[in-house]
Amino acid sequence: MAQSEQEILAGLAEIVNEETGLDTDSVQPDKSFTDDLDIDSLSMMTIVVNAEDKFGVKIPDDEVKNLVTVGDAVTYIASNQG
Amino acid sequence: MTTNRKVVVTGIGATTPIGGTATETWDALLDGASGARNLPQEWVDTYQLPVHFAATIEVAPDQVLSRPETRRLDPSGQYALVASREAWGDAGEPEVDPERLGVAIGTGIGGVWTLLNAWDTLKEKGPRRVMPLTVPMLMPNSASGNVSLIFGARAGAHTLVSACASGAESMGYAAAMIAEGKADVMITGGTEAAVHPLPMAGFAAMQALSTRNDDPTHASRPYDLARDGFVLGEGSAVIVLEEEEHAKARGARIYATFASTGTSADAHHIAAPEPEGAGASRAMVEAVERAGLTPADIVHINAHATSTPVGDIAESNAIRRAFGDATDSMAVSATKSMTGHLLGAAGALEALFSILAVHHRLAPATTNITDLDPEIHLDVVRDEHRKLPQGDIAVLNNSFGFGGHNVANVITSS
Repeated sequence: MAQSEQEILAGLAEIVNEETGLDTDSVQPDKSFTDDLDIDSLSMMTIVVNAEDKFGVKIPDDEVKNLVTVGDAVTYIASNQG
Repeated sequence: MTTNRKVVVTGIGATTPIGGTATETWDALLDGASGARNLPQEWVDTYQLPVHFAATIEVAPDQVLSRPETRRLDPSGQYALVASREAWGDAGEPEVDPERLGVAIGTGIGGVWTLLNAWDTLKEKGPRRVMPLTVPMLMPNSASGNVSLIFGARAGAHTLVSACASGAESMGYAAAMIAEGKADVMITGGTEAAVHPLPMAGFAAMQALSTRNDDPTHASRPYDLARDGFVLGEGSAVIVLEEEEHAKARGARIYATFASTGTSADAHHIAAPEPEGAGASRAMVEAVERAGLTPADIVHINAHATSTPVGDIAESNAIRRAFGDATDSMAVSATKSMTGHLLGAAGALEALFSILAVHHRLAPATTNITDLDPEIHLDVVRDEHRKLPQGDIAVLNNSFGFGGHNVANVITSS
């Protein structure tokens, strides 16, 4: 069942918190994963894989570079959920 | 160019089978505690392990570290970080130029949990589910690299790997870096997290482990006639070493002097000790000579003494061979009777005990000796702790590893 963007954002924030320890409130749509949240490429891959499991989507490796902000990821997940 | 600057101990930290800190561990040691515990019954049933117990860590690192730290570090790295933080805080968080601060943390086995968990993930879920941090977590230098990163230590980050001598050898290397002028402060020790069914099975296949399944807390019994192998342990011990003038200038508490290290190789057998102790005795003699001492100055030995039938006698022979009749006035403690054998962390933990023995002038009693093996020709401290003399004293700590590695460190009071 597809989730709302708000639910996806909350779920993604939990994944980011789990991986990096960042407060869930700091994970906002306008934040850049690398520039604002200081997430390196290794952590990003872990977050992507955990997001695939959590939201039931496939995020191809080629797509990851397009997910610059948290909002990009939320939009991608929302539009690709089965 | 060699300089010979004096190296002192200004901070201590540990997380071990008998305590979550260095002080808790030392207090438990003086209480004669045992770190041996039953393994999960599931391990015993699933893998039919012939050994049902090990000396597992007393305080789980997730009670001390943040969630991301535990996720991004193998347990061996987690233990090292816990011990390093304690040691650094205990030293008073010395102010030091990052390029004069170094790390040397050894391990015998490295990230075996990470390696084998990742192998399971690969087989069950495919390559995409293998964590990107798998390699940086499993590599044996992961602990020293991460500690260097966390403390901003840029003088060098080193990992000496010599099986059960790794921790001792790392401390010797760290002390040499200060003595030679490459660093002013070093965070150094050993770490191990190999209480996992595979290493348990491997050690058991060598018949190296005690199988006293009905009485785990009495299984580690160095020097006792009924000893039947070592008890696998885990944990980390880390100390802060510092150039003496650097320590004095900031008014640091000085526990003891890290005086010297002696090393040798047996070139005899990959796992068995050379029975007459020729190689081990050379390491001990070298350490005492490098400290500018004579055997008569050594009042206490923290022995390697793992509780294996062959190893304990070989070390006794080696000590006699090194020091002759002077051996009679050395109080010998086998602290693995309480902690179990922490492999690559063992030498670090026992150096820490040697430092505290000097600091508190106390040789801890060996536990679990009912019948002293008549082939052990040493003054073994048992039943009660032994007061060490006032004035200048020196103690020796032995560590030996599979591969024929012999390391002896000398700690002195001044």
